[in-house]
Amino acid sequence: MSIDQKTVAKIAHLSRLKIPADEQIGVAGELNNILGWVAQLDEVNVDGVEPLASVNDAALRARPDIVNDGGRPEDILANAPAKTADFFTVPKVVE
Amino acid sequence: MTKLTDLTISDALDGLAAKKFSALELTDAHIAGMESARGLNAYITETPELARKQAQESDARRAAGNAGALDGIPLAIKDLYCTKGVRTTAASKILENFVPTYESTVSQKLLDAGSITLGKTNLDEFAMGSGGVTSAFGPAISPWSGADPVNAVRKLVPGGSSSGSSTAVAARIAMGATGTDTGGSIRQPASVTGTVGIKPTYGRCSRWGIIAFASSLDQAGPMTRSVEDSARMLQVMAGYDVKDSTSVDVDVPDYVAALGGSVKGMKIGLPREYRIDGINPETDALWQKGAQMLRDAGAEVIEISLPHTKYALPVYYIIAPAEASSNLARYDGVRFGLRVPGENLNDMYASTRFAGFGKEVRRRIMIGTYVLSSGYYDAFYRKAQRVRRLIRNDFDEAFKNCDAILTPAAPGTAFAIGEKQDDPLQMYLEDVFTVTLNLAGLPGICVPVGLAKNGLPMGLQLIGRAFDEAGLFTVASVLEKAAGFEGRPAFTA
Repeated sequence: MSIDQKTVAKIAHLSRLKIPADEQIGVAGELNNILGWVAQLDEVNVDGVEPLASVNDAALRARPDIVNDGGRPEDILANAPAKTADFFTVPKVVE
Repeated sequence: MTKLTDLTISDALDGLAAKKFSALELTDAHIAGMESARGLNAYITETPELARKQAQESDARRAAGNAGALDGIPLAIKDLYCTKGVRTTAASKILENFVPTYESTVSQKLLDAGSITLGKTNLDEFAMGSGGVTSAFGPAISPWSGADPVNAVRKLVPGGSSSGSSTAVAARIAMGATGTDTGGSIRQPASVTGTVGIKPTYGRCSRWGIIAFASSLDQAGPMTRSVEDSARMLQVMAGYDVKDSTSVDVDVPDYVAALGGSVKGMKIGLPREYRIDGINPETDALWQKGAQMLRDAGAEVIEISLPHTKYALPVYYIIAPAEASSNLARYDGVRFGLRVPGENLNDMYASTRFAGFGKEVRRRIMIGTYVLSSGYYDAFYRKAQRVRRLIRNDFDEAFKNCDAILTPAAPGTAFAIGEKQDDPLQMYLEDVFTVTLNLAGLPGICVPVGLAKNGLPMGLQLIGRAFDEAGLFTVASVLEKAAGFEGRPAFTA
């Protein structure tokens, strides 16, 4: 496995990071170093080992399915970079 | 009389109760210290007016006989905890002007106990780092750098990511501070600044309102100048929270009561795999010295094995970036934080995120996105999760034969700002002794034990069974007493 500039461009797009083309080669080198280092996990035999996603053994608690928060548009919009009335605004997405 | 800023929390509570000084006097002494030590860059945001107001209210409560467990104690809050009406940045440009409209559960609990908020402390951006050097607000400088740290030739890091918290506590510009620990971010800074820091069991403290880095690893914890002070702070911070479904509903025992207990007959394990290749001889010697202290106190010290130790860092650097890439997807320039205009919506997202995130954060988002992407998910992410289980199984086995585990907390003493920054892997190795616990969810405490030949502090780490912070405090207080650490930074406020 080796990450090239094209792969960096693809990951950057998936990550929504506008990495300039002239920085992509450098980034590829850094990512290759790190991924090459984590590849030592290939030594470990994990046959029959269940993945561990959470260290909490107990089942997560459920709560009644009722609305218990909301009705605070001022709070929600307090840090909005752009807003109109009670709405966030973004660049036009419909042509 | 001892300077007010030199007191421990326990001493200050006694002094307040005995009316030797008021909360306002205690707070003013810390505000003056905070101003005189501003060059350390410990705080991103200082809140002196708020602190004075809180101190006056504290004095009124005490006069009325309603003082809380930490009433009148000036604390610093890591700038990863959302604080209502007080800017919260995660040390990132993307949140430079973010003012939360809510308070994190843990900082609210500290307020409810009567504590005073001095301000918000510096950290590595989004807690990603081990030296505080990735902060968009510049690095915090360790008070151990010299009598005039700001002009020292080698400005030392205070560890990270809780860099401002360790700086503030060591420099006596806060009596205690909150930290967060995802891979060692409380314990490694505690080790290199001669302070005490505990990462509780995953689920012990609520993560609600704490800006998320890696949700299956993040935990809140206190940083203080004594084990007893950490016990007092954790007592308040811990507990089930309905707003965090991963917080665990178990009793919070009396941690202060656990102090002063005996380790007679306890078994303390030393994992042979922690004697890593090229271990700093001073680190190794301190570790053996610590083991002898516990032996002298009546504990039985045995060798144990944690066979998958060497794989913990690689596992961490798959899982933590994967979770971070998901958690940090919310910073899109729409609902809060920085927005950089773009040609269209996608371009706005990408421009905002490139401008708002620093280099290390971008690197981790990229790694996380890669290991979660189609075709690589099984090879990297699933594999890491499987090895994570083996690491936890190692601890389960080990705790069948011992009651606590003693290890180094950090590879060596503090490095200087500018060092270990050319190669990210070098920085990642700072967490080699701490990261295993986050993967296993276990509690760990760092206690200062000695000074290296270069005059800088070194701590040792004790690891406990899940939810046995009380047992950990017992052993830690025995180690603290035996070590009798009296190291003090060359500079204090």
